[in-house]
Amino acid sequence: MPLDNAPDSKRKYNVVGTRPLRPDGIDKVTGRAKFGADATAPGQLVGRILRSPHAHAKIKSIDTSKAEKLAGVKAVITREDFPDLTDGDSGLYDTMYNIMAREKALYEGHAVAAVAATTPAIARQAMKLIKIDYEVLPHVTDVDEAMKPNAPLINSKMFTDGVDPKPKKASNIARRFEFGHGDVEAGFKQADIIVERSFKTEATHQGYIEPHAALASMSPDGSAELWCCTQGHYMVRDVCARILGIDISRLRVTQSEIGGGFGGKTTVFIEPVALALSRKANRPVKVVMTRDEVFKATGPTSSTSIDIKIGVTKDGLITAADGTFRYQGGPFAGCSPAEFGAMSAFAQFHLDNVRAIGYDVLCNRPKTISYRAPGAPMANFAVESVIEELAHKLGMAPIDFRIKNAAREGTRSSYGPVYGPIGLGATLEAAKNHPHFKAPLGPNQGRGMAAGFWFNFGGQSCVSLNIPIDGTITVSVGSPDIGGSRASMCMMVAEELGIGYDQVRAIIADTSSLGHNDVTDGSRTTFATGMACILAARDAIKKLCARAAATWGIPEDAVTWEKGYAKPAGANAGNFAPLSLKEIAAASPGTGGPIAGHHEYSADGAGVSFATHICDIEVDKETGASKIVRYTVIQDAGKAVHPAYVEGQFQGGAVQGIGWALNEEYIYGKDGRLQNAGFLDYRIPVCSDLPMIDTMILEIPNPGHPYGVRGVGETSIVPPLAAIANAVAAATGVRFTQLPMSPPRILKGIEDAKASGAKKAA
Amino acid sequence: MAKVIVWGSLKPHTGGKTTVEIEARNVQELLARLGETYPGLQNQIKRGVSVSIDGLIYREGWLEPLKPDSEVFLLPRMQGG
Repeated sequence: MPLDNAPDSKRKYNVVGTRPLRPDGIDKVTGRAKFGADATAPGQLVGRILRSPHAHAKIKSIDTSKAEKLAGVKAVITREDFPDLTDGDSGLYDTMYNIMAREKALYEGHAVAAVAATTPAIARQAMKLIKIDYEVLPHVTDVDEAMKPNAPLINSKMFTDGVDPKPKKASNIARRFEFGHGDVEAGFKQADIIVERSFKTEATHQGYIEPHAALASMSPDGSAELWCCTQGHYMVRDVCARILGIDISRLRVTQSEIGGGFGGKTTVFIEPVALALSRKANRPVKVVMTRDEVFKATGPTSSTSIDIKIGVTKDGLITAADGTFRYQGGPFAGCSPAEFGAMSAFAQFHLDNVRAIGYDVLCNRPKTISYRAPGAPMANFAVESVIEELAHKLGMAPIDFRIKNAAREGTRSSYGPVYGPIGLGATLEAAKNHPHFKAPLGPNQGRGMAAGFWFNFGGQSCVSLNIPIDGTITVSVGSPDIGGSRASMCMMVAEELGIGYDQVRAIIADTSSLGHNDVTDGSRTTFATGMACILAARDAIKKLCARAAATWGIPEDAVTWEKGYAKPAGANAGNFAPLSLKEIAAASPGTGGPIAGHHEYSADGAGVSFATHICDIEVDKETGASKIVRYTVIQDAGKAVHPAYVEGQFQGGAVQGIGWALNEEYIYGKDGRLQNAGFLDYRIPVCSDLPMIDTMILEIPNPGHPYGVRGVGETSIVPPLAAIANAVAAATGVRFTQLPMSPPRILKGIEDAKASGAKKAA
Repeated sequence: MAKVIVWGSLKPHTGGKTTVEIEARNVQELLARLGETYPGLQNQIKRGVSVSIDGLIYREGWLEPLKPDSEVFLLPRMQGG
């Protein structure tokens, strides 16, 4: 539920808003930090997964007999080791199908068997001895091709949901969504200028540096332990227990340090396989993915095909906006973020007439999973490209066009609800007044901008705070730290208790130590788990005051807490010297035992988030190569708990967006196999590619948090695609409607435009 | 009665209406009555929904109270990265 105490705008902070050293820094730079692949157990075996070489194939039979006889092989598992225990839960069934293929292999890299052996060499040899009889089927990897009536059918039981009447013929279109309000046809009739364009974006991977790793140990009595890198070890526990048919409480999952997630580690891939191998071998089993496996068999984001039509009056007022968003989500229904693309596409505008239609489409590609603001960047690329083009046709400055049509408090959002206080207008005004906006451009350079939106949410968190006898604090949280949350948690606890940051240490507790914690996603952790930390600290303060009251022999409500000390509330309470946290903690064994604070809840009131980005790009017109020369992120953080981490989130999102816009793409051959499953051929930006990303943090307090905090982790990846496309258009005079804008594509666009003698879409 | 607005593609399940009125004290009651009144919505409710009540989004919030004049939007269950 939302907290009823809105932020106190006059509050002065002692710790929140400062930039202390990160608590995990030393361990990470000295190599002491333990990541997923660092876990070991006595007698552990090596787990390896055999994967389909085919994009789409019926698995007629699997013969593991020769592999099982090989010396050193302790277990071989296939689909037979995963009986269907999902009890009609289609999402869980699809997750199980994804971690081990059943009737069909649905994409290249789909797991079809797994081996546990004493050495990697034996495991590899065993995989070669597994004989699988495939019947290769026609495949489809392009979203538009997959939607055609004669496309190879991935699931013969798939009848599009959300259309009336329900189709009688199966197709690859799983679901149709429609959002909006008003009458778009009437709105277009009022328009003086209409721009209509079609766009395509390729699938990109989150590109986390640490591959997935899991060490599983399952005892004959059915109890099990699992160590893995994940964004949500409680989710891993619950899903694995249900797939394997064991009690949730008998599986203890410990989360390692995580080398990046960005949404890609919000589901299971190898964890149930490692557990099933351990169960069969009766030994611990460790599975570590190769980079090739990460690309082929984890969850990139969707590739998309999008149509946008927007109409405006000659004085620059948008009269109607219409969009169709086709997102492929791999071979299972409900995996693409088509609905969030459609919902977020026009969310930054005040619109009387808007319609957004989303299609969730199946392809023979890996099952997609979230990637930072899932679904929003591609939709934003399309919409903000058209907005820029409209502004130029109107002869208006694009920033003024956006300000004129910006959503504000009281606007009915394009996805339905009416906005409360929002920071979009402030980010646009800040952009307009930013020195970057007025800086001169060099030869072959262009400037672009875009504004973007993300929802944010709260969710379940459970926190315990323990005070040992020296008065230092340990905070146990269940939210994996993927972006600096431990520092923020410590800072909020220190702020509440009135002590120094260095007196508080946060750990990520295992699943048997705390109540449920949702996955670290949705930009939720600093908001929701942070609020649970604040409330756990307040719970501890009550208990500290009670100990002081008992010591002094006065009522508990006659004691207040101030700057790390319990004090009599007033002259009538008595004349006692204040007791420090350290003094109360030292006395605790004799005054009632250990002191701890606790809070568990489901948080809401996260507050939506907006950002505006400005990008300068230089394009080499002879080679098509482009280079970002200046980039600025302006975003509302509500209240920045640790501004350096907030800036890091802004910069990280921008950099991932830059990669998405300029280079990153899944490239498939005609055989449906991925051609570039490695960082040499799938190029993410590195430091030498980039300028320092400038940031501006705006603080418009979120009324749903006691300090006004909003999540900041996702919104920053939404505007870069469009900001860069707009900059490239300004630099080259060519509007690019397909991502990535790689050097060959830019060069072709420039040459085509020269050949046609006019500006055109590429 | 709370005004409940469903997204466009759920209209076939509510007799073509995007806005329906439901008497409910909280979100849990509202979802139960929506499913009873419009059985076609049950699949989506089971699959997962979030709601917005008077502009504020609730991902879970089953016990969140509703006012008689509350405006409730049914939304797909929120996901993030």
